[in-house]
Amino acid sequence: MKLKLNTYFFLLTAMLFMAACGGNTSTDRNEGSMEGDIRIDGSSTVYPVTEAVAEEFRAVQRKVKVTIGVSGTGGGFKKFSRGETDISDASRPIKESEAAACKENNIEYLELAVAYDGLAVVINPGNDWVDQFTLEELKKLWEPAAQGNILRWSQIRDGWPDEEIHLFGPGIASGTYDYFTEAIVGKSGESRGDYTASEDDNVLVQGIAGDKFGLGFFGLAYYEENKDRLRLVPVDNGQAVVSPSLETVKDGSYSPLSRPLFIYVNNTGAARPEVKAFIDFYLDNAGALAAEVGYIPLPQEEYQKQRDKFTTFIQEKQAVQ
Amino acid sequence: MRAKEKLIEGILFLCALITIFTTIGIIWVLVSESFLFFREVSIIDFFTDSQWTPLFAQKHFGIMPLLSGTLLTTFVAILVALPLGLTIAVYLNEYAPGKFRKTVKPLLEILAAVPTVVYGFFALIVVTPFLQSFIPGLSGFNALSAGIVMGIMIIPFISSLSEDALYAVPKSLREAAYGMGSTRLQTSFKVLIPAASSGIVSSVILALSRAIGETMIVSIAAGQQPRLTLNPLVPIETVTAYIVQVSLGDVPHGSLEYRTIFAAGITLFVFTLILNNISFYVNRKYRQRYE
Repeated sequence: MKLKLNTYFFLLTAMLFMAACGGNTSTDRNEGSMEGDIRIDGSSTVYPVTEAVAEEFRAVQRKVKVTIGVSGTGGGFKKFSRGETDISDASRPIKESEAAACKENNIEYLELAVAYDGLAVVINPGNDWVDQFTLEELKKLWEPAAQGNILRWSQIRDGWPDEEIHLFGPGIASGTYDYFTEAIVGKSGESRGDYTASEDDNVLVQGIAGDKFGLGFFGLAYYEENKDRLRLVPVDNGQAVVSPSLETVKDGSYSPLSRPLFIYVNNTGAARPEVKAFIDFYLDNAGALAAEVGYIPLPQEEYQKQRDKFTTFIQEKQAVQ
Repeated sequence: MRAKEKLIEGILFLCALITIFTTIGIIWVLVSESFLFFREVSIIDFFTDSQWTPLFAQKHFGIMPLLSGTLLTTFVAILVALPLGLTIAVYLNEYAPGKFRKTVKPLLEILAAVPTVVYGFFALIVVTPFLQSFIPGLSGFNALSAGIVMGIMIIPFISSLSEDALYAVPKSLREAAYGMGSTRLQTSFKVLIPAASSGIVSSVILALSRAIGETMIVSIAAGQQPRLTLNPLVPIETVTAYIVQVSLGDVPHGSLEYRTIFAAGITLFVFTLILNNISFYVNRKYRQRYE
């Protein structure tokens, strides 16, 4: 259940691709000069961007194998801190405990911002009573005290139907969960526990799309991919009622439910030419590809800053060696 | 020659030993890990608390929501599989021509050989939308659709084993029934089924323990929300689905949260063990009666 269907397709195409290339030893085609494996894992929210980048990268460097897992930000950092992956996708900055685990295993790393994302609060298209949520209503619905108490739509706002509310959200290993709880409940990692929790956003989409009384939250990109099956709810943040979109996330007005997305790369990985090439390629193309898969690109100068950061990181590491 | 015999005997014995040690190993892990769990969580809370949220801020360790999920899907499955399976068994045994029976029975058993992940997606993508077309308010994940598909999966357990049991009813009984002027239907339902009842019961129990332990279908189609309810229309979570969720997730090994899966596992194990023992007992009784 962890691996998404597109991951399977991706692996399948990768295999077909390699099979197709296997017999071809001629040098007339540009296959790229590099070889090796790049192992990536982490946030399911960052996954679509990384996957899009990897797909393009594969066209340039055909002999480099890029594998991308989706264990959630926390799950990804766990592998990253054990040195099992070269790059970790993250939808929040690394936590102190995770940084400590990296240090323990002598893993140095660099954080690179790659795009912005908004968190979408979504309901079923058949829901005709919700027009918007206030932050207080979202808090009342998701805070730990709601567990076993706030169970019906009518409890959130007077006039809403006296029907059971079915909640869907990312599980505790997800950076989206940490971010949402921090923004809404006020403390990262604290929420009610009686909801359908899954690290696989497609499960959440499926659940809400099939349930008139469903409500859930996940990254805006997954809403963009499933627009016709879900309805987006604008959020009243006290200043204005804002619906998440490319513009409102970019200009910061969709606060507090927008955030930056990151990739983390470790020192041993960055020292390998194929990983370095991949990161360079990532930062060059993340803007265009992020927009393509439904995220919001950083400003161009911001990508330049990330590139500089990466160059410095590599030089420092080389100087040490 | 003698040495060779001894060697072969030794190898055979070793093979038998491996299975026994595996079982002992599993039980040992389950018991020792759940022992550590129950040192921190009282067993009374475990069975009386009506909420199960060990991974969240407000921790509750009540197994009942998970057990109710398991029992609910199992109940739906048996509701589907028992009438269908038994009818098929009676038909094959009493009505179908011998050749037809010989071809259809293995074909039916293919149902049990379909990978359960396929059943799971079938429930989620085909059965649930179909049910939603006439059950308004049915959630995208629900116990009903998972239960129905699970019922289809365990039909062969009931039909095949019940058919064997019906087949094993002594000819004299059947002939006596016909001799008294009974119709086929009367013979089947009034004579053969009661006579084969213990075999049928044990087939149902086997199917039950298969349904209780079933994991993939319920993980995919029944939802992931522990909920103490008997309503088959809303998302629930079974014991097995919970174990999958935690095993794949982010929970640190050795933590209390991690040990919950062993506590859940041993509960499940005890359930199926009891059922298997009942089945064994019923079966033995059956043999004494007719041989």
